Amino acid sequence: MPLVEHLSPRAIAGRAPDVFRHGGWVPMREYGDDEEVDFTIVGTGAGGGTLAAKLAEAGFSVVALDAGPFWRPLEDFASDERHQDKLYWLDERISEGNDPIELGGNNSGRSVGGSTVHYQMVALRFRPEWFRSRTTLGYGHDWPVDWRRMWECYAEVEDALKISGPLTYPWGPKRGRYPYREHELNASAEVLARGCEELGVDWSACPTATVSARRGLSPHCVYRGFCKIGCATNAKQSTLNTFIPRALAAGAEIRDLSMVTRVETGADGRATGVVYQRDGQVRRQRARHVVVAGYSIETPRLLLNSASPKHPDGLANSSGLVGRALMVHTNHAVWGRFQEEIRWYKGPPSLAVCEHWNYADDEKDFFGGYAYMSQGPLPTDFAKTLAESEGIFGTELRRRMADYNHMAGLKIVGETMPQERNRVELADETDRYGVPLARVTYSMCENDRQLADHSLEFMRNALSAAGGQELFQSGGTAHLMGGCRMGFSREDSVVDGDGRSWDVGNLWICDGSLFPTGGGVNPSMTIMALAVHIADRIKTLAGQDAL
Amino acid sequence: MTDSFDPPYPNYDILRKWDSPSYNQITRDVLTERLTAVPQRQFLDEQEWRLLQAICDQLVPQPERTDPVPITPFIDAALTENRTNGTRFAGIPAMREAWRKGLAAIRAEAMAQHDTDFVSLDAHRQEALLHRINDGDAEPAHWDGMPAQRFFRSVLLKEVLAIYYAHPAAQSEIGFGGPAAPRGYVRMGADRMDPWEAPADRRNR
Ligand SMILES: Cc1cc2nc3c(=O)[nH]c(=O)nc-3n(C[C@H](O)[C@H](O)[C@H](O)COP(=O)(O)OP(=O)(O)OC[C@H]3O[C@@H](n4cnc5c(N)ncnc54)[C@H](O)[C@@H]3O)c2cc1C
Ligand code: SF4
Repeated sequence: MPLVEHLSPRAIAGRAPDVFRHGGWVPMREYGDDEEVDFTIVGTGAGGGTLAAKLAEAGFSVVALDAGPFWRPLEDFASDERHQDKLYWLDERISEGNDPIELGGNNSGRSVGGSTVHYQMVALRFRPEWFRSRTTLGYGHDWPVDWRRMWECYAEVEDALKISGPLTYPWGPKRGRYPYREHELNASAEVLARGCEELGVDWSACPTATVSARRGLSPHCVYRGFCKIGCATNAKQSTLNTFIPRALAAGAEIRDLSMVTRVETGADGRATGVVYQRDGQVRRQRARHVVVAGYSIETPRLLLNSASPKHPDGLANSSGLVGRALMVHTNHAVWGRFQEEIRWYKGPPSLAVCEHWNYADDEKDFFGGYAYMSQGPLPTDFAKTLAESEGIFGTELRRRMADYNHMAGLKIVGETMPQERNRVELADETDRYGVPLARVTYSMCENDRQLADHSLEFMRNALSAAGGQELFQSGGTAHLMGGCRMGFSREDSVVDGDGRSWDVGNLWICDGSLFPTGGGVNPSMTIMALAVHIADRIKTLAGQDAL
Repeated sequence: MTDSFDPPYPNYDILRKWDSPSYNQITRDVLTERLTAVPQRQFLDEQEWRLLQAICDQLVPQPERTDPVPITPFIDAALTENRTNGTRFAGIPAMREAWRKGLAAIRAEAMAQHDTDFVSLDAHRQEALLHRINDGDAEPAHWDGMPAQRFFRSVLLKEVLAIYYAHPAAQSEIGFGGPAAPRGYVRMGADRMDPWEAPADRRNR
């Protein structure tokens, strides 16, 4: 697979790749580095890519930069796990703490479209109470955004991605119909359904960000099952093939392979633009507003690396909270062998979901919740899980892998508590851009462990009720949240409910690092919904001359 | 423990689909290179290379294959290019140094336990030695501060498995569908399969 430093930018000379056509191009508006644009956005993933489209459509001039390449899925994505490593942020980061987290392909993308290029498309909403979890549930922090507002934003995002989902969803307040009909269940999803029915809890076809019928230039999902390493069909609705084309059509410029190393500030402390490296050159983009959307590790890293005399502890960091309260989802799983052949490599990996334990408050003795989904890991992914959790290798491992087609599994997305000791800092060592490496520290707390233990016991029962044998379990984490939380005051948070820095009035954050709490569902819908919310607020503020 | 491997899909080979719609051009290109351009030794010295090969033979033994899936050459190639995987766990140095240090430590373990090089040990002793490291019972003195079990599982074994199970031969042996673009699958239920998938598991027939 190509190394990112050997690739050349594609989005140049007034055109950008057409993600829907082999070798195709679409026209792209370009801005000079010295031209002061309204917004420059660092990162084009779930948060940044969505915001770029919304702001450009509102008439703002936008330049969005991403450290990663601009792919054309049809011609660039191979059916090969090793080759597709090219989608991930593989630069070294130091991982410490009592429960150090795996980074890279486990939770960090580097492409135009960000981590959504390889997300597994599980498209869930937060439970309403989680936006006030301190007040109503007694843990974590409240969010400075009302759940009803978020509900509107979710609906907009679900329509923008034409989420395929069930007619009625068993948990939470009533929601509208999903835009596209639900997918057929694969055998692995049927295992989840059987287990739930045996144990008497609800299950549902999973709302999924891949289309169940043709949508414009996106063909329907062909159930090839390689979603986690990029969808070569373009059925998956990622930021790359939804909001990015919209952003380009509305006049935004997308600069691929552009690594931002610093946000610059003037003598008055306000942001003036960004310094970035593209094609071996150091450049500057001037802007009236800077948005940082690099996700929970790169966003704090960039802010900390942008210290200046006015901002000695890093930009936007008077609270000392930049990089703090980083969260993950626990990703514990139970696996079992079935007599029949499941062949879980077919279809999106998680076509069925159980959110029972996100809602059943009275039946549990820990804070937070979890959802669990059916699974379909690709071969190398599953081999690694087997080796790690069973402590095996050699002929024994090969023999166990021979049951690949008979396996099914249930895996949680488990809420962890925001703890300020879990954090991102700058290490002494620098990378090839001269930026200090991120040092990531993570330790679970007692509540996190209780939640994981509870889930393992429940899923063991569910999987064996469904007919699974020779059960074994695995641990691990997924997703990143927090690190620059939004809040109610300059003391309790890095940004306000609009994503605007308390310290620097023209600096914004728009990505997963905003999360005050993690919730027990996959984060991307909530990140996109926040981007929709922030874009609307920016429009409103501009209308009031309050930008 | 080292007895042989009994394949559930003996006559299935995903490469037979090469000219079908299951393979797109980039997949063909990637696999052609993997199958025909096996990298030459560049980064490791000859001794390290032989040691790594012996270790790989224990981690994924392939006694039944006349043409075993090559693993060491791809590890060496990644080190030559200075590839990283995004995570450097505390106590583990940068990739290149970690591999050098890990190999030296395994050599030292063999020397200390058996007074001979790992490569000259019989298969059972090699396997037992690696199991001790995998189970967390390595001798810290040989590892110069590097956490042995972490290196073994998160660096060494992971990379070996990522290379082995990305190979068509390994994917065929487990009955995986293999490359699947532009054509995916139609039959999704249990025990149902498309004609371009592996036929039913021999053990279930
Ligand atoms: C394997 C995997 C499966 C997942 N599955 C799901 C799922 O099923 N459902 C779900 O909801 N979520 C899922 N997620 C999580 C989801 O993809 C992320 O939470 C989400 O994309 C994060 O959005 P973001 O905008 O915060 O960051 P990202 O989408 O990661 O985007 C950040 C972008 O910023 C760029 N960047 C960072 N720093 C800089 C810089 N200094 N200069 C220039 N560019 C920079 C990066 O290159 C990257 O492209 C999954 C994640 C992974 C890794
Ligand atoms: S299963 Fe569907 S979404 Fe996943 S890679 Fe295949 S076509 Fe794309």
